[in-house]
Amino acid sequence: MLRYLLSRFGQSLILLLIVSFIGFAVLTLAPGGPLSQFALSPGMTQEQIDKIAAQMGLDRPVVVQYFDWITHLVMGDWGTSYRDGQSVLHVIGSHLFATLLLMGTATTLSVSLGSSIGIFSALRRGSTFDYTMTVLAMVALSIPTFWFGLIAIYLFSLNLGWLPAGNMYTVGDGSVLDYLRHLILPAAVLALVDVAIWSRYMRTSTLNVINQDFIRTAKAKGLPRRRVVMKHIVGNSLVPMITLAGLQLPMVLGGALVTETVFTWPGMGRLFLDSLGYSDYPVVMGLLMASAMLVLVGNLAADLIVALIDPRIRLE
Amino acid sequence: MTAVTTTPPARSPRIKSRALRRFLSHRLALIGLIMVLTLTAACFIGPMLLPYDELYIDLLARFSPPGTGGHIFGTDPLGRDIAARLFHAGQISMAVGFAVMLIATTIGSVVGVVSGYYGGKVAAVLMRVVDAFLSFPSVFLLLALAAFIQPGPVMIALIISATSWMEVARIVEAEVKSLRNQDFVQAAHMLGLSNRWIMFRELLPNAIGPIIVAATLTVARAILLEAYISFLGYGIQPPLPSWGNMLNGAQQYLQSAPWLAIVPGVAITIAVTGFNFIGDGLRDAFDSRSHGQ
Repeated sequence: MLRYLLSRFGQSLILLLIVSFIGFAVLTLAPGGPLSQFALSPGMTQEQIDKIAAQMGLDRPVVVQYFDWITHLVMGDWGTSYRDGQSVLHVIGSHLFATLLLMGTATTLSVSLGSSIGIFSALRRGSTFDYTMTVLAMVALSIPTFWFGLIAIYLFSLNLGWLPAGNMYTVGDGSVLDYLRHLILPAAVLALVDVAIWSRYMRTSTLNVINQDFIRTAKAKGLPRRRVVMKHIVGNSLVPMITLAGLQLPMVLGGALVTETVFTWPGMGRLFLDSLGYSDYPVVMGLLMASAMLVLVGNLAADLIVALIDPRIRLE
Repeated sequence: MTAVTTTPPARSPRIKSRALRRFLSHRLALIGLIMVLTLTAACFIGPMLLPYDELYIDLLARFSPPGTGGHIFGTDPLGRDIAARLFHAGQISMAVGFAVMLIATTIGSVVGVVSGYYGGKVAAVLMRVVDAFLSFPSVFLLLALAAFIQPGPVMIALIISATSWMEVARIVEAEVKSLRNQDFVQAAHMLGLSNRWIMFRELLPNAIGPIIVAATLTVARAILLEAYISFLGYGIQPPLPSWGNMLNGAQQYLQSAPWLAIVPGVAITIAVTGFNFIGDGLRDAFDSRSHGQ
């Protein structure tokens, strides 16, 4: 177990190193680069820009810059925002909760709903329900999240007036119920795509389990159908879902970004867009790294949970 | 089992027509094909039939609801005809989709066939790079790239490709790895054929099925991603219309002019659903394992 844990951890570290390299390369080598914001100010001469570049160490070779940046990153110094001089880590931290709340709610929703649909589809394979869900899932995967958000706002906020159209809470209220009312629409919108994906994967996974020998044995020894389904089939087909939850993270995070924009939800996604608008280079860079790290940690956690549950994995 | 072992390799014309037959008997795939063809026809023929040019500004006819004054889908905040813009935008959005498919599939196939063929350290390095790219939420990476690069349709297609080639690479790698030790590859080695020849003339054509499936799904994905970044203002820039940037700004008129948001969104959904249906049908057609299971 320890060996598996260590090797898995080492792999994640290597991946993180490559991720940091790609992230750095993308933003540093892009035309314009970190100084594009200054170049836009009127009356700025090339000389002044060069001076700023020298001050910020941007005139050094790219490799030196990278090592400088990565060592600071490891030490916890992620730079300061161009916009308000706050530390990047602090800015990201203050937006993390909102995003995690949104993603957590959406994932809970989609996992429970998606798995149920998937199991039912698999148990009644070829039925009208199965076919309808297959088609619906593919349509759901094809709807742009933000557009679905717009339509949801149009229907449930503007026309029916049931739910607020945006923000995380009403100023002056802020009770749990108020948060909840604000959470419903964006979480449901974000969950839609995921329900589709989960139901498809769960269906495949359940079908794989159904055809295995131990299920036949369980049926043959006369266990009640309900018990076979609930304990043997569902339990076993859920295990691969944990890995998938980890792999699904980048998509959920990307979806959260877009959903947050539509619902003016004060999370990392909005922060990312605002920072892009201001060419707030250190924050953009920080968020890119933070999101990739979140994904890697999520994948690692998923693998470890699976290894804990399923001894076949760690003994391999 | 005997049926499987006696079937000739996947390249023979007999199987190909069987794949075609399976595809055509796939109801969803046919619906998808019809959706895509109808939309494509509308985008290319539609503009010739409409009385308005997509750039014609008529400030007196701002926010005309659909169906009034010859505007079948209404007009936008500048009084431009939405139908004309929608069809023109469709040409651009679909062109971006197809360009991404070509570029991303090429990159993915090369990376996949090289790491699948050579294996070992080469594969380890290449596939870790694939994993690393997959660790970024693609919308984040796309926006970061688009914000700092001068956006034009070509550039947008290149950036979307840069975040869309990994799936193909994985699929091709897996496929080539399983083909690598087969007899016809051994034979090619013994004939003294070069590595490049074996990779691109022997292995890649045998992986064509999964590649075509992935390529079709890539078109869907690219149209969706273009819509995302254009909606957020970093993709195709006005006055050039795209389905995504037609939705940019639609939110503030949601109450008074909901058709601004509804019409382009429906077009995107039809296009993406269509390509996804086709991809699904192709997968079933090429994959004998999933057939009849």
